[in-house]
Amino acid sequence: MEDAVPRIAMVGVSKSFPGVRALESVDFCLRAGEVHALLGENGAGKSTLIKIMTGALRQDAGEIRIDGRPATLDSPAAARTHGISTVYQEVNLVPTLSVTKNLTLERQPRRFGLISWRDAAKRARERLARLSVDIDVERPLGAYSVAIQQLVAIARALEEDTRVLVLDEPTASLDAREVELLFQILRDLKRQNIAILFITHFIDQVYRIADRISVLRNGRLVRTAAAVELHRLELISLMLGRELEAVDSAPPPAAAPAAGEPLLAAEGLGRRRYMGVFDLVIRAGEVVGLAGLLGSGRTETAKLVFGAVRSDTGRVRFKGRPITARSPRRSVRLGIGFCPENRKAEGIISELSVRENIVLAMQTKRGWLRRLPVDEQNRLASEMINVLAIATSDAEKPVGQLSGGNQQKVILARWLASKPRLLILDEPTRGIDVGAHAEIVALIRRLCKEGMALLVASSELEEIVAVSHRVAVLRDRCHVGEIAGAGVTRENIVRMIAGG
Amino acid sequence: MKERYIPIAGTIFVFIALFLTGGALYKHFLSTLVLGDLLADNAFIIIAAIGTTFVIISGGIDLSIGSMIGFVGVVMAGLVGHGWHPLAAAAAMIAFGVLYGGIVGWIIDICDIQPFIITLAGLFLLRGSCFMVSLDSVPIKHSFVDAFSAWRIPLPGSGFLTSSAIVMLLALLAGVVIAHFTRFGTNVYALGGDRTSAALMGVPIRRTTVMIYALGGFYSALGGVIYALYTASGYPLAGSGVELDAIAAVVLGGTLLTGGVGLVVGTLFGGLISGLIATIIDFDGTLTSAWARVVVGLLLFLFILAQRTLIGTRNALRQSIG
Amino acid sequence: MSREHTNSVGLTAYPRAVLVRLAEKRAVWPLLALALILVVDGFISPEFFSIRIVEGHLFGSLVDVVYRSMPTAVVALGMAVVIGTKGIDLSVGAVIAICGAMITWRLHMGDPPLIVLGAALAAALLCGLWNGLLVALLDIQPIVATLILMVSGRGIAQMINLLYGGTDPSFSSDFFAAISTGHLAMLPSRLFVGAGIFALLWLLMRRTAFGLFVEAVGGNAAAADLAGIDAKMIKLAAYLVSGLCAGLAGVVITADTHTSDPVSAGLYIELDAILAVVIGGGSLAGGRVYLGLTLLGALIIQSLTTSILMSGVPPEYNLVVKALVVLIVLLLQSHKFRARIRRSARPAGKHLP
Repeated sequence: MEDAVPRIAMVGVSKSFPGVRALESVDFCLRAGEVHALLGENGAGKSTLIKIMTGALRQDAGEIRIDGRPATLDSPAAARTHGISTVYQEVNLVPTLSVTKNLTLERQPRRFGLISWRDAAKRARERLARLSVDIDVERPLGAYSVAIQQLVAIARALEEDTRVLVLDEPTASLDAREVELLFQILRDLKRQNIAILFITHFIDQVYRIADRISVLRNGRLVRTAAAVELHRLELISLMLGRELEAVDSAPPPAAAPAAGEPLLAAEGLGRRRYMGVFDLVIRAGEVVGLAGLLGSGRTETAKLVFGAVRSDTGRVRFKGRPITARSPRRSVRLGIGFCPENRKAEGIISELSVRENIVLAMQTKRGWLRRLPVDEQNRLASEMINVLAIATSDAEKPVGQLSGGNQQKVILARWLASKPRLLILDEPTRGIDVGAHAEIVALIRRLCKEGMALLVASSELEEIVAVSHRVAVLRDRCHVGEIAGAGVTRENIVRMIAGG
Repeated sequence: MKERYIPIAGTIFVFIALFLTGGALYKHFLSTLVLGDLLADNAFIIIAAIGTTFVIISGGIDLSIGSMIGFVGVVMAGLVGHGWHPLAAAAAMIAFGVLYGGIVGWIIDICDIQPFIITLAGLFLLRGSCFMVSLDSVPIKHSFVDAFSAWRIPLPGSGFLTSSAIVMLLALLAGVVIAHFTRFGTNVYALGGDRTSAALMGVPIRRTTVMIYALGGFYSALGGVIYALYTASGYPLAGSGVELDAIAAVVLGGTLLTGGVGLVVGTLFGGLISGLIATIIDFDGTLTSAWARVVVGLLLFLFILAQRTLIGTRNALRQSIG
Repeated sequence: MSREHTNSVGLTAYPRAVLVRLAEKRAVWPLLALALILVVDGFISPEFFSIRIVEGHLFGSLVDVVYRSMPTAVVALGMAVVIGTKGIDLSVGAVIAICGAMITWRLHMGDPPLIVLGAALAAALLCGLWNGLLVALLDIQPIVATLILMVSGRGIAQMINLLYGGTDPSFSSDFFAAISTGHLAMLPSRLFVGAGIFALLWLLMRRTAFGLFVEAVGGNAAAADLAGIDAKMIKLAAYLVSGLCAGLAGVVITADTHTSDPVSAGLYIELDAILAVVIGGGSLAGGRVYLGLTLLGALIIQSLTTSILMSGVPPEYNLVVKALVVLIVLLLQSHKFRARIRRSARPAGKHLP
């Protein structure tokens, strides 16, 4: 089987979006009867690759061959006629409909012109039986656990003629037992000679199920190898790599502040099915890094510390005093800021001007009655535009019209303007060009020198190593250890992530 | 019991409880006479509400049905006055309702405008058109109209099933079949449950949206026809506020205002509940009609609150997982 | 590429660029619309623009337009704030009815006018509080939440009327006549009420941070939450504002009619108010509040009504014309519709799938 023509081969495939090069001449092949794991951080190009393979997007350059013959996948329907079925990360079914209806939506069996639900239910049960799932198909899909919903989605995707199955992070919300069930099904499908592309960020699962592994980084396919040949440490290193000299050549951070009173201390913080219990201490003038793979709990930790997601155990002390009734509002008042990872959904308010976006956090701190005078707002906005080199024609431009990197800077400006004691940055340099990247790293160091405490979550190890005094390492939604001082090196972090 | 039947069970329970309460309070209440009158008096609202049920299940809303009822009435009266047979006039008006609804659905889809604002404009348009046709009540005089209101099936006891009630029950049956036994019906539920997923799963969004509002137009026009025949007149102010009664009937019938969940048959009971409240107030004699609106509002609040808690727990569950 | 872009870049099209920049100013289109209507009015009735002084009061069609538009304008101002939070308040008409019943009831009970006024506004605020609690705390969609009061509010008004027997819901009160139909310094006194609430809201929206918070919550609720804004309180406050505005409109309307009419007081005013906000450029998707433009929207609606009445067209056409105006404004505002027009304006043969 090794030498057989691959079921799907992508040759020199490239794809660009305005301002972003999502895929750069990627050569990738998927063989019949294999489980092929595709790994990479957010923005590495995984979803673009899947979308091209399933006909949702068309490549700018390059060729796709199916069973050795060039094929045009210009629509999802075209991909389906080639036997390519996809199950997306978010269960793309209708939770309010019954399982039967979800499984038979576009072709229900009829009798005398009307739908026969008895036949439909029978057909639904048959499709589920292929995956050895036996549930009451009359209940609404939403009544079942995410695992079952995921299986229903797979059952829906699996047609009689399915030859390629693409699974986008199918295990993201499953527990260990459910994952095992899914893997049994995958092994079974593999025996039916179906090619399976499995996108995930759980390294353990990759080694349990995958035959081959491909790693994408910044739109390039950096390695494809058999799972047995690719060492775990090497794999993590490949995923978290970065080729930015601007950061690597920067001097190491200033000496860590003396172990003083913690500014913020999280004790036993956690939330069921969201993030394992952890302790975290941050001192004034200190940068604490959060390192780990995608899905390891970086964002989750940041959100729990800030209070954006309510914890169900543990407590947080700020300057020695416990914070009661934690919420973003309470945190902002205490002097904690949070730049979210998803700036479009959680950061910018795109209709409002750059100025209004910048003064927002400071204004909430002052309360609604003590409005910042317009002169002061203008001064603050132009100062921030200068300091962070935000590219905008003027401060009154709606922030939605700015480029992604500049939007990120506006959010950063929002928090800097509010003069926080502690600033939490989740992926502060995602989607930012090289120059701005170095600026932000420099800014983090300067802020820290001025006595601000920072908690920085990032998928880029070099960035973490460059700025952090101390690094909390995460794996599978648990804190697995801490590294401080001279021990903060790329190798140590990778080893800890790998579980060495 | 299956989840999807819990709301309807609640609705039927409320209906029976109200009916029995009426029986305990007043003599002659527990009779087929009261039941028959209830069905006859509320027939046009329930018919219109069946269309609203589809619209709401799809995640939309239709505020123009009250005006549609008025418009259908005055135009029908005018047509019959010009010598049309009432049935021909009714068919013309129903065709108009379908066309009108189809256009509304088309605009909603191609322009991505919220249904409530566009149907609000429709409310203005149709009500204004009523006034343009006639400012006063116009009687509909035709032997067919007399025959229609005279024809009735006796029920055991002293009650009757009037012709409007029979049309309503037939319309309901058709609605149930469309909702539960056609692909279009399933698509309506899918659209209301999750629009994006439905589109990904191959539901034709535009065609379905157009058909949903066309069906809504069909039912509200039919409601208008029945109201015109029932009152034997066309009155430009007829049906004012019926859109609210219809929405109330749908919600009391257990349909979620957020879309995706609901049963057409529930709307029958929802409509009957508000009718029953009015009947009880009527029987009492000392209460005014003001009570009816307040009690319906209160029930609406309780039902929405109950829906909210049901959805709330489900969302909380999903959030803790996701 | 968008039209604005190509035009502002091309230097040869300099005069056009100026026009384009002018067209981008939000006030231009509503002002043009108003001007157009008024010019047409001027043709219909040569006396339209004349303003005389009769018995020491300004008198004329223009004054009449402003006078009549006042209740709608006040309701629309509150609606603009609610719409800014991505909400809607369908209950304003019912609140007006409740206010009317409160005034009549308390006057029949012999309360002094100021107490009556206070009671009426308190009732309106209570209505706003109810809506706000449903939307902000119970998280019910605004259309649905305010529908409840819309359905039952007029019934509540009827029941309030029963409190004093309800046989004769009319009253006479010099105080209320004075604030609604009376005059002050040559002008109708209700204009001062309207100007007062406008000034108050303008201060609230533009001189405190409340306006910024409303627009942040309406623009991106998740981001506003992370920035530390208490979205629940902001929404609650918005519905209180809307309730208060509806209450003031209710006072003026009731004082004008000298009676409580639970069935038709303020009927369809929610539609006019929403229409005024939309004509003023406010998007139903929330995120922006334009008080001045909303006022302009209310004036446009009223001058449209006035010109229909003047032109000899039967008044019945009024509703139809309004409906068509809403449709046109909605279509012009719809991004999808504009994109469609732009695409079809492009040279043929470049159709996208």
